Formats: sequence, structure tokens, C-alpha cells
Amino acid sequence: MSLTDPVVHDIVLVGGGGAGIRAAIAAVEADPKLTVAMVSKVYPMRSHTVSAEGGAAGVVKTENDSFDLHAFDTIKGSDFISDQDAVEAFVKEAPRELLQLEHWGCPWSRDPDGRVATRTFGGMSTPRTLFAADKTGFHMLHALFQTSLKYDRIVRYDEQFVTSLIVHDGAVRGVTAIDLHSGKLLPIYGRAVIICTGGAGKVFPFTTNASIKTGDGMAMAYRAGVPLKDMEFVQYHPTGLPGTGILITEASRAEGGYLFNKEGDRFLSNYVPTKMELGPRDLLSRAIIEEMEAGRAFEGKHGQYVHLDLTHLGEKKINERLPFVRELATKYVGIDPVKQPIPIRPVVHYCMGGIDTDINGATPLRGLYAAGEVACVSINGANRLGSNSLTECLVFGAWAGKHAAQYVRQGGSDSSPAPESIARDEWARIERTYLQDHKNGERIATIRHEMQDAMEKGCGVYRNGETIQAARDKLLTLRERYGRISIDDRNRVFNTDLTAAIELDFMLDIALAMAEGALRRTESRGAHQRRDHKGRNDQQFLTHTIAHRTEDGPRLEYRPATITRWQPEERKY
Amino acid sequence: MSDKMKKLTVTRYNPETDSAPRTQTYEVPYDDDTVVLDALNHIKDQQDGTLTYRWSCRMGVCGSCGMNVNGVPKLTCATFLRDFEGDITVEPLANFPIMRDLVVNMSDFMEKLKRVKPWLIPKEEKSIDEGEYLQTPRQLEAYRQFSMCINCMLCYAACPVYGKHQDFLGPAAIALGHRYNEDSRDGARAERNKIIGSGEGVWECTFVGECSEVCPKHVDPAAAIQREKLANVLDKIKSFILPRGSSR
Repeated sequence: MSLTDPVVHDIVLVGGGGAGIRAAIAAVEADPKLTVAMVSKVYPMRSHTVSAEGGAAGVVKTENDSFDLHAFDTIKGSDFISDQDAVEAFVKEAPRELLQLEHWGCPWSRDPDGRVATRTFGGMSTPRTLFAADKTGFHMLHALFQTSLKYDRIVRYDEQFVTSLIVHDGAVRGVTAIDLHSGKLLPIYGRAVIICTGGAGKVFPFTTNASIKTGDGMAMAYRAGVPLKDMEFVQYHPTGLPGTGILITEASRAEGGYLFNKEGDRFLSNYVPTKMELGPRDLLSRAIIEEMEAGRAFEGKHGQYVHLDLTHLGEKKINERLPFVRELATKYVGIDPVKQPIPIRPVVHYCMGGIDTDINGATPLRGLYAAGEVACVSINGANRLGSNSLTECLVFGAWAGKHAAQYVRQGGSDSSPAPESIARDEWARIERTYLQDHKNGERIATIRHEMQDAMEKGCGVYRNGETIQAARDKLLTLRERYGRISIDDRNRVFNTDLTAAIELDFMLDIALAMAEGALRRTESRGAHQRRDHKGRNDQQFLTHTIAHRTEDGPRLEYRPATITRWQPEERKY
Repeated sequence: MSDKMKKLTVTRYNPETDSAPRTQTYEVPYDDDTVVLDALNHIKDQQDGTLTYRWSCRMGVCGSCGMNVNGVPKLTCATFLRDFEGDITVEPLANFPIMRDLVVNMSDFMEKLKRVKPWLIPKEEKSIDEGEYLQTPRQLEAYRQFSMCINCMLCYAACPVYGKHQDFLGPAAIALGHRYNEDSRDGARAERNKIIGSGEGVWECTFVGECSEVCPKHVDPAAAIQREKLANVLDKIKSFILPRGSSR
């Protein structure tokens, strides 16, 4: 038998990163009896929050700052399709959450007087980004994880790979997970489920994202009938290391770094003259691509690049504020930023889109909540500002946890377990879909690489109808070829060949939703720039793209973005 | 990638079919940028999908990909093939039970970590509305280094004491306990001391210092252990020479 006895908790949480752990703590604090199963395919402290570097934004210091200013920066950064009610709620809650992290021991960098220090991030009009040197995500995640250890009612299911949501009678009842240690399928029942599995950067070949960022939670929800929102908006971070795509934090520009082309020009004066290096990410990434196309970039063995110059900051400041940047550049490209400029190029970084949720983290499926990068509320619209996402994990993680707890207290999805056959059927599906031995079957790595290649060509920084269409067609072919995969590993214990196959299955769904959204949005907004449809079209597209999964591919509809106090205006910096 | 080739001899162990670990040799192309993890990924993608190991961030911060490379505990995402002459052996981290191939069972650490209470237990309670606890850069500096632990387990793989006595709390757990003890906001050293100062704690350490040698983040757990030993001794002396508080 390939199933183990089911376990039952009040809330089942999928994902143990920043948003997930925050949700778990909020849930157990909201109700003294409730238990949370925290289910993750890795140990929680391995989650990708760990790689975030630069900081977390919030109006903690009110001198020269206000909620309205943070809200406006965020809305303008989003190219005006964030939901303004959500943004307003978010900025108001942000300082409280950042201070909560301080009370949980997060080693925020400090001013000489002992208060938390702040730096200015791209698109933010004042220094409001808290940071822990340049390892903010690492410190936040470990502070959260270590704090979570004191709650016995947060029950960890480490290294359990969730394969599907259990849905019965129109409500979510739990998940099925492959226990990597035994290889058996474990049904985990609950009266509410929270998804915090992060983004899907791995659908692209060149990304800052960790290998685990395969859009699992998005795909599971999508398959359970929950729509995905705004999937066409994928952020390129302007400064990644050529070759590996390793992130060089925006904090290096916040601390005073410059970008230069090969002619020695600080070329951003031609693109974002008022903000220069502290312009928003979408505009900076485009500027770098333009420089490359104009022949003003350097050529290297990993393609074109420009320079990020920190040499004028001096060794002391670099060691104090940007030690990780120094470590990464030295180790991975052999450049000591104290002495030489760092080669950088734009790299896929963040999904603005995700599972369609409201401000409380609730999705259209009864009992299902989501928060963090996996979700789309939307506060990020067409382009997220740097340092809003870590705060987003905290604010919306906490709200999702709290509201899921409330839902459970009010009865939740019926506590009687869904029929056992659901888990049995899921195991049968796994065997049928992933474990069949096709003669001359395809390797999953081949399909994965072709998918990533198609997405880079079709859905990169600049797009046009033809290239998106080609990517979409390619994805449909790959989906068909996926039916003939053959994996090498048919053992039970820690079968990462199997989990990689499931991840690829998830990613093919996500990639198609991205391509379809990009194809149908015939305008340019934020991170979605069409060469065949230049400029924003507010008449038609001040809307969210809502994608429903069907057998014939994504079915799209559009929902107006919520505008409260800030009317769309030309986005200039 | 260039056409330079390198041989990797990798530990294989499948609990379902093997009675003991064995080795298998693969050949991989590499250039100056190739790390051991890239080589493993190349094998898994192109040659043998059954090869099993953990990895995630491939930038030295998630702590997943620790393995023994030519006998030394390393993060494989930060270990370059170019730095080795001749063939390379890749083994699971020493001192841990092997689950499969290069994946070890680290449940023991997860239990121990919890026992040192690695969370802030504030000296004074303060509500969020009252704002942050003040902490000067100098006070931050007192524990910052010990907060850099990524739980990669390299120190346990290098520790000869842990190799012999699995009840030893070990370098990372003690370093993380020490991190909170040294935090100006925290007031629970006495509580943590019950475990850190116990027989399974600092007194098992024979100060070999291998843990600090292999630590990829320069946490220096050996220093944390020494400082906790000293603090323990001072506590004992104090309790011996100072008069006990009256019960009034």
C-alpha cells in the first residue's frame, strides 16, 4: 500500500517560508486550541525567503514619511493596477509587522542611537526600508523559524512534497503529500488550507530563484479551480550575476552604487533622470536591455552585461552594509567590489501574479487561503517595488493565518474527512502520470530546458505578439510531449526524480498561464512590455487578468483594478 | 561549457536495495565556473536521474547542499571543480545516518536546536505599540556573527566529538543558543544554561576547533562554545562566593 494513515489538523499550511511561518504563528496565537500542520518540501529554513537580501519596507519612522507616501510609491510602482484599498491596508499594517519581527529577535541593522536603521529602495521616495545588512531575508526567515519552535501547536511536516489539494463538496479539506523519507503518500486533512509556497521563477532559465521555486502552490490551486491573477507580470531584477543569475541586491544601489555602460556613462540619466540608480526595477531592466541593443554593453562569456560600480563606497561601508554582495561577487565572478565594478545583467526575479486572493488572503475556494509571492492580492500590480515583498509576506501571512483560524473557529470546511478514495485516486494519478515506463520516453530535463528557453524568448523583458505566440505554441507541444516522459528513478525513498517531474508538470501549467496573459494583454504596463503595443491602454486594461484552468488551456477574464484616491497618471521618474 | 572532463566518485546508497553504501563514478564536463553542485545536476539531468541530493538556492545561504568533498565538509554550491587536481569524491556529510545517496538524516539537529530555545526571551516585556527594543550597533555586533549560522551541518560533519557522542548538542546548536544569550534584548541565559551547560552541552567539547575551520559563514562555533564555558564557570564561582539572596 502506498498510502499512510491520514493525519488531521485544524489548519494545513503548505510552505514554510516567510509568509508561511508568519501565518502559522498568527493562527496559533489567534486560537489557543488550534493546531497547524506546517508542510514543506524542504526544511523551513531552506525556503527561498532566505535569499532575499536588501530589506523590508514600512513606515516605521514617521519623520519625512507617511502611509500615503508609501501607498503612492507602491501604486505608481505598480503602474496603477495594484488594488488601492489593499495597498492602503498593507502600508498601515507594515510597521507593526516589522516591529513584531524586531521583538522576535530579528537582527535589524541599527542607527547609532539604537533605533532600527533604514535605507532608500528603488521607487521609494524616502528611506523606509529596514534591513539586516544585506541578508535581510535570511535573518527574517531564521528569526521566524526559530520563534516558531516555541509553539508546540505548530506541527512540522518537513520534506513532505504536496501534490494536490483535497477538495470535496466545494470546500478544501486538506492536501496529499509524498513523504520524501518513506516515499508514501500522506493525506493531511484540515478545516482550512493556507498556501505559502512562493513564486515560480524556475519556469525561466536565468533567474535569481532557488531550485524549489516551481510554482507548486499556484498550480495546485489552479487545478482545484481557483483562478490565477495577473500572471503575465514577471519582474526582471536589473542586477544579477551573468552565468548563475545570483542576485546582487538593490541595496548596493541604495548604498550609493552606480550603473555604467561600456562607454563609462551612467546611462540611467537617459531613462530615469530623477531617480537614476534608485528607479523602479522594470524601468532599470529595460534601460539595461536598451543599452545592450545599442551596442553599449560589455561582451562576456555569458553574454552582454553592464557594470555595477561600488568602488567609491570604500571597503568599510561595503563590509558593513554589503558583506554578502562582496562574498558573492568574489566567489562567483572573481571580482572584489571594493576594487572593481561587478558585471550584472537583468534576471528573472519575482512573480507579481499568483493565486487570486482578497485582502484577508481568502481565495474563491471555500477554506483556501494564500499569502506571499504565491498570492496576488494585488498590491504589486504590474511591477513590485523592491523591499515590499518581505513585508508582504509578513502582513498578508499574518492576515491569512488569522482569517483561516477564524474560519476554522466558525466551523471551517466540514471536519468530517473527505472520502478516502480521493487520496487513493491521487496515488493512482501519480503512478499513471509520472511513474509509467515509456519506451524511449523523454527526459524531464529536456522538456524543462525547452520550456525555460521558450519562456525567455517569448516572455522576456520585451515581448511582442509573435514571440509570445511562438512560446505559447511551444508550451502546448511540450505539454503533449510531457505525456511521454520516463523518469529513471522508481524507488520510494527520497525520490527527487519523481518530485522534479511533478514540479515540471506544475510549471508547464504556470508558464502557459503567463504566456496566455501576455498574449492577450495588448498594451505595455510595468513588467509587461510589448513592442507591438507600446504604451499603457487605461481604457481597456486598467484591469486584472483572471485565468481559469480548462482542458483547452487558460480561459481569461478581466476584472477592474480598484482605484480609491490615486488616479492613474503618466509614470515618469 | 568547455570540453574539459572531470571524474566524480559519488556515494550511492539506496535503502531499498543496498545493504551498505557503495560508490559510482561519473564523468562530467566542466569549466572555471563549474561547482560540484553543477556537476551533480549535470549527472542527474543528463546521465542518471536516480542520483539523490539536496539543493536549493545555489548561492550559499539556504544550507541544503552540504556534502563531504574529498573528505572535507563543504557547501557544494560554493566548491569549484577548478580547485581540485585529479578526481573528486563526493560523500554524504560524515557523522549522520545516510537516508539515500548524498542525503543525510538531520532530524537529530532539529531536535537539539529546539532544546537550546533559539528564540528571544526578552529581559523586559514591551508591547509592539511601544516600538522597538533599542540596540546599539555595538550591542548588535556582540552577537551578529553567531546569528549567521545557516544550519548547513558542516560543523557536525567535522566534529570528532559528535562523531563519537551523538548526545553532544554540537557546534551549531550551541552557537545559536549563545547568539540569544549575547543579545542585549534577551534575558534567558540561565534558562538556556540548563541545557548548554549540561553534560551534553559545552563540556563535551574538547576544543578541536574543526567546526570553525569548516564553517562557510565564519560563525566560529568553537568560540561560542568557549565563551559559554567561561560564562558557566563564572556563574558557578559567583554562586559560590556571593551570599544567597534572602527570602524576604
